[in-house]
Amino acid sequence: MRLFLSALALLSAAVSGTAAQQTAVSQAAILSEGAPATLSSFGFFNGSVDRPAPELIPYALRTPLFSDYAEKQRFIFLPKNAAITVEAGEGRLAFPVGTAIIKSFGYSDAKGSYKPIETRVLLHQTQGWIALPYVWRADGIEADLRMGGTRVSVSFKTPSGTAQDIHYAVPNKNQCKQCHASAGVIAPIGPRLANMEFAKTADKKRLLSSAIMPAGNIIQWPKWDDPKSGPLADRATAYLRINCGHCHNTSGSASNSGLYFDGMDHGPANAGINKRPVAAGRGAGDFDFVIKPGDPARSILIYRMKSLDPGVAMPELGRSTVHVEGVRLLEEWIKVMKAG
Amino acid sequence: MNMRIAACITVLASLSLSPPVMAKTITVAAGANAQEQLQEALIMAESGDVIALAAGRYVLSDGLSLDVNKVTVQGAGAKDTILDFTGQQGAGEGLLVTSDDVVLRDFAVENSKGDGIKSKGADRIVYHHLRVEWTGGPKETNGAYGIYPVESQDVLIDSVIVRGASDAGIYVGQSRNIIVRDSIAIENVAGIEIENSFDADVHDNIATRNTGGILVFDLPNLPQTGGHNVRIFENIVTDNMTPNFAPKGNIVANVPTGTGIMVMANKNVHVFDNVIGDNGTTNVMVVGYRFPQNDARYDPYPSGVALWDNQHLRAGWDPKFPGGTQIAAALGGNFPSVFWDGAGGADKAPLVADSVMALSLGLTVLGADPSTAKPEPLKPATTRPAALPAIVIPASMEAAVQ
Repeated sequence: MRLFLSALALLSAAVSGTAAQQTAVSQAAILSEGAPATLSSFGFFNGSVDRPAPELIPYALRTPLFSDYAEKQRFIFLPKNAAITVEAGEGRLAFPVGTAIIKSFGYSDAKGSYKPIETRVLLHQTQGWIALPYVWRADGIEADLRMGGTRVSVSFKTPSGTAQDIHYAVPNKNQCKQCHASAGVIAPIGPRLANMEFAKTADKKRLLSSAIMPAGNIIQWPKWDDPKSGPLADRATAYLRINCGHCHNTSGSASNSGLYFDGMDHGPANAGINKRPVAAGRGAGDFDFVIKPGDPARSILIYRMKSLDPGVAMPELGRSTVHVEGVRLLEEWIKVMKAG
Repeated sequence: MNMRIAACITVLASLSLSPPVMAKTITVAAGANAQEQLQEALIMAESGDVIALAAGRYVLSDGLSLDVNKVTVQGAGAKDTILDFTGQQGAGEGLLVTSDDVVLRDFAVENSKGDGIKSKGADRIVYHHLRVEWTGGPKETNGAYGIYPVESQDVLIDSVIVRGASDAGIYVGQSRNIIVRDSIAIENVAGIEIENSFDADVHDNIATRNTGGILVFDLPNLPQTGGHNVRIFENIVTDNMTPNFAPKGNIVANVPTGTGIMVMANKNVHVFDNVIGDNGTTNVMVVGYRFPQNDARYDPYPSGVALWDNQHLRAGWDPKFPGGTQIAAALGGNFPSVFWDGAGGADKAPLVADSVMALSLGLTVLGADPSTAKPEPLKPATTRPAALPAIVIPASMEAAVQ
């Protein structure tokens, strides 16, 4: 019976695959204030996560947010006849109403095939952006809205070959906002041209075909893990900006800390250098400074990145493993940092 | 009956506003799926709703959060409705509130990995009849703050009990217009702490068996600085002798075991009509912020501190302040009940009208080594500063605790 059903599922997936050109993304679902119960309501995928609708524009990030080594697939859906505006400087994209940003999180199995856990959607509605988390069913052809978040047991190997068994955290709707809100208003974080990459030039062209571009060039940020892309300090600050800066800025959810990694110049103390941990509680461990130049082992930043204790660990959300490679980058940076 | 009346009032109140939303009660029970059910209730609630938590132990795996204005989260009592975070796997606090006009009442939070209940940018928040506890007693691995409102306008903390916080039991940070009253802080590093905040009344509380009972601090490099206008009155601040169990890097790791009330770098702090005693270091300590800092907006000196009509029990038999033992020996064996480090010189001296020994350490310069102290008695004050106005909070907040 089960065999029969899965055969049927395969068959229907194949059918919908062949009909790919006919299924369209539902603009109505994106704009609907009632959150759809299932991901398929949007029509972003034709049956499974490896069959994105042709309207979706794939992109990647040069320096991404670490999320327990999950592999992420990112797409932008633009409404018809609506242009985006590219802001000067880092090239932040201002999207029209009707836009959707779709990001799937998953891991490759032993055979190398990608198994999605969740897909998060950011929908630009008339009232503003909303963020919704969808969790994939075991069959991989449908995902359900989980407003309250959940945890999913996952086993995988890190790039250095360490086996991990974790309770992967799917954020709840409020937690989506915790990172995505600036002064209480939800906004996309990732899409800034300075940090975006496209596997195909055609995709970039599709995204920007009718975009309103700023005067002046947009300088690409370095890739955190590619020494050829920029000096150590630039790669380290890019890493901090992407992994910490969405909360650690003057309007973010860590504004009260007085510790900012938003790429703006707030002076050395507010960038953590020789800054005492005023309200970090036990997150400070036995150490006096967020960043102690020359001494990563006595820097609270490193201590918190290495911790898995929820009362200590940073970032607070979405991390049940230590990002060994990211920690190494920041340790090297602090080690060569000159005091004063 | 009271509940029903309250419900009617809520409905009437919401009818008088536009849009007319009917307030409803969403009941949640403890059970196998408590995490997702409770979190979904907190997300789906609409302005005016009451989330009623039935009696029981809610075994939670992650932090909870509320981001809807004007919601009441009400349990069946601080003994009977227990949010148990012993198995918490993520998030920096047990419950996080980021919306305005929220009332939290009649439940307990146990053993959260980080802070117990945090509210950030949550104006007019009311904490009432709550218990936040680390049930194993004082431990360095306990969460930092028990009840933790920050960056908020109008805060009422009324009739709560907090035990075991590895930083402060009740901690109000970077907020304005605050009342902390009728509450108990026991076996925390700091019992009650008001930090970088403006306009606070702390009264009718019991702060006992902490490392330090009540702290009023101002610290540099924070968005809101210049803490001022704090009244501490009619509290019982006794036996704060729990050895400091904060992790070393923590700012309160510097609070000497056996401290009653400690004022650091704050302006206009009035301490009166309290019972303070059985604190081994001292009953009241007034100090500057002595670490190097270069925050141009920040004033590291305390000023406008005044004490009167406090009843002092014994103090100072076991001073844990650097150099304290030597000073005590010079004074015939006992550290004084009140002392000021001397930061900033005579203009900054606290006015002490209490009839106990009060000492200046004469460490006028902030960087001075405590061993260079030149202790001398502070002259008893004959004047009293102009009274600070009593804190008044919006009537809706007072109504929520009636």
